[in-house]
Amino acid sequence: MIRAPLVKALGALGSPTHQIASRAVRTSAIVAQTPAKAPEKIEVFVDDIPVQVLPGTTVLQAAALVGVEIPRFCYHERLAVAGNCRMCLVEVEKSPKPVAACAMPVMKGWRIKTNSDLTRKAREGVMEFLLMNHPLDCPICDQGGECDLQDQAMAFGSDRSRFTDINYTGKRAVEDKDIGPLVKTIMTRCIHCTRCVRFASEIAGVDDLGTTGRGNDMQIGTYVEKLFLSELSGNVIDLCPVGALTNKPYSFVARPWEIRKVSSIDVLDAVGSNIVVSTRTNEVLRILPRENEDVNEEWLADKSRFACDGLKRQRLVAPMVRMPNGELQAVEWEGALIAVAKALKKANGQVAGVAGQLADVEAMVALKDLVNRLEGETLVTEQGFIKGSGTDVRANYLLNSTIAGLEEADAVLLVGTNPRYEAPLVNTRLRKAYVHNESQIASIGPKIDLSYEHDNLGSDPVLIKDVCSGSHAFSKVLEGAKKPAIIIGADLLEREDGAAIHATIVEYCQKLKKPEWNPFNVLQNNAAQVGAYDVGYQPGADRAVKAQPKVLFLLNADAGKVTREQLPKDCFVVYIGSHGDNGASIADAVLPGAAYTEKQAIYVNTEGRPQQTLPGVSPPGMAREDWKILRAISEVVGTPLPYDTLDELRARLEDISPHLTRLGELESAGFNDTGAQAAISKSIGGGAIDVKQKELRDYFMTDAISRSSLTMAKCILAVNKQKRQDEQAKQSVAI
Amino acid sequence: MAAIVRYNLLTKPQLVATLPGSLQLQRLQSTQAPPAGTPPPQTKTKFGPLADEDRIFTNLYGRHDWRLKGALKRGDWYKTKEIVLKGPNWIINEIKTSGLRGRGGAGFPSGMKWSFMQKPGDGRPKYLVVNADEGEPGTCKDRDIMRHDPHKLVEGCLIAGAAMGAQAAYIYIRGEFYNEASNMQLAIAEAYQAGLIGKNACGTGYDFDVFMHRGAGAYICGEETALIESLEGKQGKPRLKPPFPADVGVFGCPTTVTNVETVAVAPAICRRGGTWFASFGRTRNSGTKLFNISGHVNNPCTVEEEMSIPLKELIERHCGGVTGGWDNLLGVIPGGSSTPIIPKKVCDDVIMDFDGLIAAQTSLGTAAIIVMDKSTDVIKAIARLISFYKHESCGQCTPCREGIGWMNKIMTRFVKGDAQPAEIDMLWEISKQIEGHTICALGDGAAWPVQGLIRHFRPEIEKRMQQHAQQTKRASN
Amino acid sequence: MFGLLEVGLLALPRLCTLGRSLHITSMRRRSKLDACNMYDKMKFEFTKENKARVESLLTWYPEAERQGALLPLLDIAQRQHGWLPISAVVAVAEVLKIDPMQAYETAKYYTMFHMKPRGMYVVAVCTSTPCFLRGSDDLLKACSKMLRLEPGETSKDMQFSLKVDCCLGACVNGPVVTINDDLYEDLTEVSLESILSDLKCGKVPPAGPYSGRCSSEPKDGATTLLIDPPPAGYKMQDLDDSGEK
Repeated sequence: MIRAPLVKALGALGSPTHQIASRAVRTSAIVAQTPAKAPEKIEVFVDDIPVQVLPGTTVLQAAALVGVEIPRFCYHERLAVAGNCRMCLVEVEKSPKPVAACAMPVMKGWRIKTNSDLTRKAREGVMEFLLMNHPLDCPICDQGGECDLQDQAMAFGSDRSRFTDINYTGKRAVEDKDIGPLVKTIMTRCIHCTRCVRFASEIAGVDDLGTTGRGNDMQIGTYVEKLFLSELSGNVIDLCPVGALTNKPYSFVARPWEIRKVSSIDVLDAVGSNIVVSTRTNEVLRILPRENEDVNEEWLADKSRFACDGLKRQRLVAPMVRMPNGELQAVEWEGALIAVAKALKKANGQVAGVAGQLADVEAMVALKDLVNRLEGETLVTEQGFIKGSGTDVRANYLLNSTIAGLEEADAVLLVGTNPRYEAPLVNTRLRKAYVHNESQIASIGPKIDLSYEHDNLGSDPVLIKDVCSGSHAFSKVLEGAKKPAIIIGADLLEREDGAAIHATIVEYCQKLKKPEWNPFNVLQNNAAQVGAYDVGYQPGADRAVKAQPKVLFLLNADAGKVTREQLPKDCFVVYIGSHGDNGASIADAVLPGAAYTEKQAIYVNTEGRPQQTLPGVSPPGMAREDWKILRAISEVVGTPLPYDTLDELRARLEDISPHLTRLGELESAGFNDTGAQAAISKSIGGGAIDVKQKELRDYFMTDAISRSSLTMAKCILAVNKQKRQDEQAKQSVAI
Repeated sequence: MAAIVRYNLLTKPQLVATLPGSLQLQRLQSTQAPPAGTPPPQTKTKFGPLADEDRIFTNLYGRHDWRLKGALKRGDWYKTKEIVLKGPNWIINEIKTSGLRGRGGAGFPSGMKWSFMQKPGDGRPKYLVVNADEGEPGTCKDRDIMRHDPHKLVEGCLIAGAAMGAQAAYIYIRGEFYNEASNMQLAIAEAYQAGLIGKNACGTGYDFDVFMHRGAGAYICGEETALIESLEGKQGKPRLKPPFPADVGVFGCPTTVTNVETVAVAPAICRRGGTWFASFGRTRNSGTKLFNISGHVNNPCTVEEEMSIPLKELIERHCGGVTGGWDNLLGVIPGGSSTPIIPKKVCDDVIMDFDGLIAAQTSLGTAAIIVMDKSTDVIKAIARLISFYKHESCGQCTPCREGIGWMNKIMTRFVKGDAQPAEIDMLWEISKQIEGHTICALGDGAAWPVQGLIRHFRPEIEKRMQQHAQQTKRASN
Repeated sequence: MFGLLEVGLLALPRLCTLGRSLHITSMRRRSKLDACNMYDKMKFEFTKENKARVESLLTWYPEAERQGALLPLLDIAQRQHGWLPISAVVAVAEVLKIDPMQAYETAKYYTMFHMKPRGMYVVAVCTSTPCFLRGSDDLLKACSKMLRLEPGETSKDMQFSLKVDCCLGACVNGPVVTINDDLYEDLTEVSLESILSDLKCGKVPPAGPYSGRCSSEPKDGATTLLIDPPPAGYKMQDLDDSGEK
């Protein structure tokens, strides 16, 4: 059913004759895609409005150009055209039959009638057929109120039903399928548009979903009670035009008209996906993606979508101070702040701060200002980077090719990263490059499934040197490419030889770079990381330990990189954050902060794009926004920070780095600045290159919020169960 | 499945070619000299019966040896080399001259269809795909060709393939025809062994392979794009057109899908000449044709006859007449299950060719005639067809998937009479809602029998409803 | 395409015995498995002969389009196993290097793939209109009575499965019944009964029309093709006149 794009499909042809063929097709198809020199526009008429379009434009696209929207179910801009719902039938003058607008290219002089009797009748007919076997259980359907079928039935359907057979044989009923803990299926509602199947095979790259049976008995499902295992599975819920695939954790929770929607940013990976947070009565109910062509298109990874129940669990709701008996006890804000201030006064400038993976830029600046005012210097991020002064130059730690840019890359080398789980939506771009752009992709690191074919060159770090010296076979591919890209995993650069790897690749990228194209990329996996470097934090928690501070601030630092044992006995640890996780457990004072859905805060994504979250709900209990807590501490300790409002703080941000407040805009880090670090030795050695998240089960819990999420826990259980089953199947019974 | 062409998808010259004969004639008269490949005008006024010496399928009933030896004796593979060496243009011109129209149901002019493949190539190989997925109720002509005259098809593949410049032919045969496939495969093997196909086929220097691909039970795979999908190892679901198979067909290469009979008559046409073939049947309906006559006739049979033979003569001459005599005739489905039924009064003088049946609001289809006498429950007979279409709908597009299921439900009730008279109009509308709104022509094929039934047998349906209403009334009293 | 001839012959192991030759049919009984639901967990492997058959079949398709061989391969697997377990579908997918779901989708789509165990003899009665007009409904009833099976059922001893089919492609010979790969034509209840009782005794009766006629000829005697076929080159046109190449 799903057709691989022609070019790719033919590119795979192998036999000698077919290879010639495929080359020819590829060129002809490419020619067809990009018509040679000044493609002549043709004129067509949509409801008598003339419009000039390029040859090959579909009727639906031509209509969209003049603002006429043609109803559709199966058609989706980002998926292959299926043309099977027939809702988009429109009349074309002189054609005896209506044409499917989504698939039919316009011809010169066509007069398309989107509102004629024939068109309306065709739509009404299709609508009637769709509703015929649809259960019409809208009152108990979660899609109710945001259902394409409902809306279009209102707009284009008949005002009554003629389906008299309901009194004889009834409607079709289909068994529901268990495709995992995230997506709930009510298959009787399915209208067989196959959007989900196309999404799975085209975008997610897993052929788990398919259609079985035929005719009226056709069903959508996975084969043999298999789970739909993908890090992008939640998107099928958005794609489903009816209530057949719904959000399982959200089922029966709320109606769309009851909820308040807040546009925000996701922080569970470094992509910075744009989201809509749906809230009701101060509770986050669900998270949906928001369209942003440059970042997440209109997709959202499962963790970002479903971990939101973690925002309600394990929360810190009151300030706590460790009592002499060693237990944390809830106290009033006043008591907690005084305790912290006392410790700071005693510290004598021996103050340090560690920012974790969820820290926002405002809080990090406030912490930095506070620590600096107290004459402390050590401000670091929990995650490491290359040794030395690598973070001085912005291009050193950014995804310079940009997320959207990777789509155009035609040769990609992945070094020590698994983008599929570290940044699922960067991976979809790479997959797109693979599918549509004939991109050749190779990886250095362990063997992993990236959802597209790629060469695993091996995991020996020496390979990096081989490639970068031009002696490896893949070097030829990179050097011959129009837009090559090398992507390094952020975790890899924490290694001892990280700096050497970094420097080697930077040097090679100087050779590969093209005008307007920077091939050097670091794929960050923490939402806070780029922002922290931008405001001057140093990488690596070990620096904070080495400073042996008297007071240590842990700002959302929950990765467990700082342990009590490493710190001086009398060190007073202050934890500011939202969840009772690793950080809070070693703290002497726990100050409850706000999670990303509860504050207006800036995060900078892996390509260096600052974006802000907006509060959907207020922080629980006595929790406060992080920067305000720091501002309060500064007041109590007697060195008040010079900003009282967010606006004033943002002004301070602008002083530090003007790009931080240009929200949504991408500040390109000039490539020429990439510092080749002469001082660092270039000896790449050490063990095999590894990635942390190898399989799907490693993906679900990576931060304080997702670790608190029950849904994520269920996902891991489900994945483990499936794995056991697969193993059992392998040792199957012989007959 | 009948290859029904979507008229709205044709280009203008294609459309003209499918215009009724009278219009075409006018066009011809206006030009001085007809271009090469124009069939000669027909002067005969009476058509049929066909003389035995003019029959193409001389081993239709398997009375003779079907293997290579027997085939050679009957004239197959005779001077094939010379024909192939005459070149593609010559072959296509002969086919055009013969006026041969596709025998799979749509009746598209074969010469023109094959000439679409002559476009300058872009390096991709071209394929000929022979549609032997014969599964339309009533139709069983290709089966007899494949089991009793397989070499005609193999030779036809070579000649048609040569005309198109194809590299190979795939014969897609329905899975149920196991023994027929077996014969076919043997014939192919024999032809390879004799050097007739394969490398340097027939010594022409032209390499041509013939492969056989067995289907696995799906009527819709007779639709050309579904067949292509199936040949590629996927679910047989029709593709959207454009692109047409002549641009992007099987394995992404230019492809022509033609019916078995069309391909199998090509060698005979090339040997005896297009004008010979065009001498049979009315203008634009020329040639000989295999007719399947099934149902209520004394001797159901397959027979090769001249096109344009009157239906009555066909039945009386070859089938021993309708059971109980011609007056016992109720109606006839003239071209396989997807063509609308015609009642006796139309049958009396209808002519069996494309134009004759279109004039009778039906279609020649595959020329599979299903005869029903007055003992027939015609509603049930049509209901059977609808349940067939419901079973064979691929489920891809909405009107067909949902609509045919609905029609089936209604028809099932109509058989019992358990419905309201107003539902007859509703059924008509539903059939219209399906017709022309689907990706392929299966929806049309399912809608037409229902429309034919309502058009000609409405009183019958109403009577059944009245009876049922009375019965239920009596039962409740 | 070298070795095509061999391919053709390979697929036809017994050239002389017609019919039964495309792929070997071997049906094993597995009534025990029916009781415990183990279908998904059975191991499937092509036999050596079938592996060779698969290999040669693959050469019929362009190298990068091996998926084209999916239908024939599934058929071979089904013939080897008697029916098509999921493990066989997965095995075929492995051979073709496609995703199992793709193979599964396809297997589920076509009616000739049986994904549940079936009887040694699958009796399919055609009930489509042409056969219906010739009395197929009565034939089905009779068949159902003789086999003591409802359509869609398989007998407990795994000997017979009864199935209703929509069109078997021999309409002028209606009513017809297929038993596995063979068409039994022009049947009456009497002739069907004798066929079924033969099968019950393990004897496979000859296929073809049971009314005494020759294939699709009119049963009261041929009306056409009464003379011997004309010889080769009969009324052949002169190919030399418009010499164009």
